[in-house]
Amino acid sequence: MVPRRADDLMTLALDPPRLVETRPLVEVQALSLRYGEVQALRDVSLNVMPGEVLGVVGESGSGKSTLLRLLNLEETPDTGTYGLDLAGLPDNLFSLDRYARRMLCATRIGIVYQNPHLGLLMRHSSSGNVAERLLVAGERRFATLRAAARSALEASEFPLERFDAPPAELSGGMQQRVQLAKAIALEPALLLLDEPTTGLDVSVQALVLDTLKQLQAARAITMVLVSHDLGVIRTMADRVVVMRGGRIVETGLADQVFQDPQHPYTQQLVHAKL
Amino acid sequence: MSRVLDVYDLVKSFTMHHLAAELGAFEGVSFSLDAGEFLLLRGPNGAGKSSLLRTIYRSYLPDRGHVLFHSTAGVVDLARAADVDIAVLRRREIGFVTQFLTARPRVAAEALVAEPLRHAGEPADAALQTARRWLDTFGVRPGLWAAYPTTFSGGEQQKVNLARALILPRRLLLLDEPTASLDRQARAALVARLAELKAGGTAMIGVFHHPGDVEHLVDRALDLSSDPAEHSHVAV
Repeated sequence: MVPRRADDLMTLALDPPRLVETRPLVEVQALSLRYGEVQALRDVSLNVMPGEVLGVVGESGSGKSTLLRLLNLEETPDTGTYGLDLAGLPDNLFSLDRYARRMLCATRIGIVYQNPHLGLLMRHSSSGNVAERLLVAGERRFATLRAAARSALEASEFPLERFDAPPAELSGGMQQRVQLAKAIALEPALLLLDEPTTGLDVSVQALVLDTLKQLQAARAITMVLVSHDLGVIRTMADRVVVMRGGRIVETGLADQVFQDPQHPYTQQLVHAKL
Repeated sequence: MSRVLDVYDLVKSFTMHHLAAELGAFEGVSFSLDAGEFLLLRGPNGAGKSSLLRTIYRSYLPDRGHVLFHSTAGVVDLARAADVDIAVLRRREIGFVTQFLTARPRVAAEALVAEPLRHAGEPADAALQTARRWLDTFGVRPGLWAAYPTTFSGGEQQKVNLARALILPRRLLLLDEPTASLDRQARAALVARLAELKAGGTAMIGVFHHPGDVEHLVDRALDLSSDPAEHSHVAV
């Protein structure tokens, strides 16, 4: 009953076992990026394990979306490295040229933007928007493109009777589903979600979140989810990073960050939630 | 009996930045726990019983001290382990039962209960069958199995919660007032399941407002004082 002496206890814990055998899928080190006068990101480092959902929270201007754009290789940071643990990739993805970046993003990284206009061609058919991914990856057979678009749209619970309708004629929730279908059409290793449910009404939001969860459960896709909605993050994320002024001020397991926030800003954020 | 947990000189306080204040939760808590042992936490409201459970589970970060968990892979200090390691242990070896259900919207009760089994690699159909059996055991009506628990009454949510949390045997189970808001049938089912898990070697630490239900399962009690400065001690 009586605990052993502290020294005995410590020798036990000196050589902790390896519980997680896998390496992180995403490894980001010391990213900094300045836009003119604004330091958008300062020394941001993080990693994401395979199959994990990492939530990123913070107020507007905290650097969340900049971080996501860098993870989607849309920009190059002033300093820092970004590695994806996939075969045939360099240690730092920012060393890739524009063409290689585009190929990588089209095939292995999916993104869903808050604004569907950024992710979709609004006047092309929904099916065509999804099939575009496969076109970029080199698929040319029409039947294969159609079939792949259909299965991706089905997986994101898009009503198939609207298969060929252009996103411009769809509701916001439907547009997000088309973006999601496009993002998962090629079974990405990493799915980036930038406020995917912001601007949707609550019932549609729940549907989209549930679709994401189902996808996550079925395919174990690694996700980085940016949202200012703490409820969304709490429902979805395994771990959370809290950003402010371009820096990560706190990181931890989702329940720990919400129940026992350490940083003054995180406390303020968590306690402000209704 | 094999050792499951060594807690040594564990201290937790909360820094409330907006008040520029420190609030002590508990101080200098030490105890050990073997497989199949049931430790009851006692103390008045605010003595830090739930906080201690949450600190062991790492929902709270301890200020200092050690929580040495003897996992199947080796000894891990839960106070210091990496988040990803904690996540793995929670999935495989450490369970937490609260009185609050945190259900995702639009997920059926039976799917929620089946989830831990599916994570453990059981096929979907078999997992669902087992989930339904446990929902039945805890007294959730079959008509509700496919419904969303967010619409349930407090007691029914709690039953779903229990079925989910207790469906898989764990090495360590933390129980935070699991009997609150349960009817008699569900309480009896809970106590029976706890007895079964205990016999199978699960170590348990529990907070119970009415410990009468589990009296026969309790091996030891740990008294937490309402004054965190006062040392807690172990009573038999």
